[in-house]
Amino acid sequence: MEAQAIKKQRGNIDLKQYGMILALIAIYLLFYFLTGGINASSANINNLIMQNGYIIILSVGMLLCVLTGNIDLGVGSVVAVCGASAAIAVVDFGMPVFVGFFAAIAIGGLFGIFTGFFVSVLSIPPFIVTLATMLIGRGFTYTILQAQTKGPLPPSYTKIGAGFLTSKKIPMFGNDFDLLCILVAIVASILIILSTLRANNTKKKYGFSVLPQWQEAIKLGIILFIVWFVLMKLATYKGIPIVLVLMGVLVAIYHFITEKTVAGRQIYALGGNAKAASLSGINTRKVYFWVYANMGLLCGIAGIVLSARNASATPKAGDGFEMDAIASCYIGGAAIAGGSGTILGAVVGALIMGILNNGMSLVGLSTDIQKIVKGMVLLGAVTIDLVSKQKKS
Amino acid sequence: MSDYILEMKDITKKFTGVQALTEVNLQVERGEIHALCGENGAGKSTLMNILSGVYPYKSYSGQIIYNGQECQFHQIKDSEEKGIVIIHQELALIPYLSIAENVFLGNEQTGQKGVIDWWETRKKAQQMLVEVGLPNEDVSKPINTLGVGKQQLVEIAKALAKKVSLLILDEPTASLNDEESDHLLTILLGLKKKGITSIIISHKLAELTKVSDKITVIRDGSVIKNLVKGTDDFAEDIIIQAMVGRELTQRYPIRENCTLGEVIMEVKNWTCHHPDDANRIVLEDVNFNVRAGEVVGFAGLMGAGRTELAMSLFGKSYGQKITGEIILRGEKVTIENVGDAIRNKMAYCSEDRKQYGLVLSDDMKHNMTMAALPYFFSNHGVINSNEVIVQSEKYKESINVKAYSINQKVETLSGGNQQKVVLAKWIMTAPDILILDEPTRGIDVGAKHEIYLLINELAKSGKAVIVISSEMPEVIGVSDRIYILNEGRIIGEMNKDEFSQEAIMTRIIRDTNSRRRK
Repeated sequence: MEAQAIKKQRGNIDLKQYGMILALIAIYLLFYFLTGGINASSANINNLIMQNGYIIILSVGMLLCVLTGNIDLGVGSVVAVCGASAAIAVVDFGMPVFVGFFAAIAIGGLFGIFTGFFVSVLSIPPFIVTLATMLIGRGFTYTILQAQTKGPLPPSYTKIGAGFLTSKKIPMFGNDFDLLCILVAIVASILIILSTLRANNTKKKYGFSVLPQWQEAIKLGIILFIVWFVLMKLATYKGIPIVLVLMGVLVAIYHFITEKTVAGRQIYALGGNAKAASLSGINTRKVYFWVYANMGLLCGIAGIVLSARNASATPKAGDGFEMDAIASCYIGGAAIAGGSGTILGAVVGALIMGILNNGMSLVGLSTDIQKIVKGMVLLGAVTIDLVSKQKKS
Repeated sequence: MSDYILEMKDITKKFTGVQALTEVNLQVERGEIHALCGENGAGKSTLMNILSGVYPYKSYSGQIIYNGQECQFHQIKDSEEKGIVIIHQELALIPYLSIAENVFLGNEQTGQKGVIDWWETRKKAQQMLVEVGLPNEDVSKPINTLGVGKQQLVEIAKALAKKVSLLILDEPTASLNDEESDHLLTILLGLKKKGITSIIISHKLAELTKVSDKITVIRDGSVIKNLVKGTDDFAEDIIIQAMVGRELTQRYPIRENCTLGEVIMEVKNWTCHHPDDANRIVLEDVNFNVRAGEVVGFAGLMGAGRTELAMSLFGKSYGQKITGEIILRGEKVTIENVGDAIRNKMAYCSEDRKQYGLVLSDDMKHNMTMAALPYFFSNHGVINSNEVIVQSEKYKESINVKAYSINQKVETLSGGNQQKVVLAKWIMTAPDILILDEPTRGIDVGAKHEIYLLINELAKSGKAVIVISSEMPEVIGVSDRIYILNEGRIIGEMNKDEFSQEAIMTRIIRDTNSRRRK
């Protein structure tokens, strides 16, 4: 009887799960009206992606740290060191660009291994270790850059942060559309529809409840609309930014790791209950090590993207990025105690922050006011999440 | 007419699905030392928690009459204001604070403006220490520089500082050696002379019979016997019989067609030291073996070392400086971590499912497959989600977990169903040896029965099952053979025809006593 009742209830859409996406849309629409539609211009959509690319890349790595119930404070500084190393290699030593990229990723990886060693082998609280790497990384950056901006970087370097995939423009409806964007939009739509159908079939096969068809249709409609909206805006601008591809690949990889691999499940288990995890044969030290080592690697990638976008490496680069990445994870629904949260949630969280920043800049609010608003949004999102959970139990 | 300082009338307390106390009546006279005995889980601690306000008024039914007044305690502070102080088995001292700070913790000596007067604090703390027989300790020293015995006495000093008139001690001598225990009991007798009433909970019957004026025996949440010094005989066997004397009915399903096979696991000279104190021996020279298709029980009191034994065997999850041999299927193996243990087909179901068994925030299928994931549900690290769903569904059906879906979060399941999820988790690793630590703790009778049936099934399929339980009838009911563990050593082995609660209890108490005398 009871089980029946619960089953019926579950047939509806889980609003909380999509709440963040709805919030994202709501915020976007709010600024659409406040800016008189400027935030929907092709150039601005492109800007949104380029400005937030590195935050999204960092949020993906940060989510893994947050899943273990910790954070990484050193992210912003390590991003700066990595960008600076790549720029010095290319500008001062005249090395090929790929060597510079390799240097950035290697330095990021080394910082990650350093953090991971202290956290896992010596069991030092991550808060302390990463507070240290935050200071160390910033200090290194100032030292190697001699407190100067390093630049300009060659076009083959900046392309990864500011360039676009080569494609062809075709005239349609009195506008030039980028062919690749249209192709990608079509392929993405087909894939989204197919995967939804497949997921529903699997659910039915195992006897799980599926959403009523009209709800499923609305959900699918919204997703497809967003995909086409963004890609068509890009199509009328300069095409697909390379950052978007990089971001998409990384998000897909980490989504796969967290959802479909043993390693991913072990992170969730560790964050949910470290004692139970270790008594179930999970090597918790190893998990900690890789989570932090991985964060370092992603810092390397973000460092490349950031310096490429700015066409230079500056000593103050990446300042405060750790806070944006951490906030993205929490806004995206990750649990403060660890063990719960998703990559896609963190991405949505980062986008919410990005759209807020972007919209407020367009409206003409100062960065000081922007910080106040961002702080309130973070507090509000987490409060709503926790209070609703408390009520449930 | 006796002068009762405390009367507890018709106290009844239920936890979800479990009747913890049924109409318990307890009368304590002013100035006496009143002992409470009973098996683990009999309800002694629950009763004392009600008295001290840990379980607030209205969470139970019945009356508490203290000093002739009916009391309603909503929190511990309420009972402490009336002079009732409870000292728990786990000491509530802050290790890095000084003795004086600990003595007046939560009872700080402040001047008129709320500023702490440290000179007054130290002076008074010194006086309290004299009263508990520690006149030579420096009150400014951190508390962790004292041994456990002295810390226990500081707890009493702390109670005295609160102007205690009824002192409750839960297993005060459990972790003390003979000398320290004697000292503590002498202090208690001294307090009695000053008019302080004590209630003492202990398994050490020899001590109880020596110091107490009255003994109340509780079993299954009811008062079984009241003994008064002078009129009744304080013989240990009478008390033991009252503690354990319950009829064994068909609570434990009979295992049929189960044949014993080879010895699967043999443990030789297993010795283990305390994880925080390399000099303290927790397990000493333990030897035992288990056969295929056999259920072996480990009986013992709380703190006997049963869980420690299981966890130290299971990938050295407990203790340090572990020595000894594990022989599996005739071959000596080295098991350094839990992964090794799982690969050697061992499984350990912990006694505390919420803390050590489950990821409560995660769903049933992920919990069920947590341990077996790398071995049976993945290919090069990529999870076969289909198999996860199929197997989880299969076990949900076969061991009858009541939940609407394998996607249900385990925190929303009842205790019995949570326990089944933990069992499924370990059965999925396809073990040969299953160690079940308190497999039925805190779950209702129906679920218990199902777990007993499951144990039978496991044994029939040729697995070796080790059951650790504090419920003596349970160990007797499910086991083919029993090892008795006391204070880290195996003190006896019994075959099915020798099983009796009295025999086991007597052996434990004799062993404890003989060690005290040494």
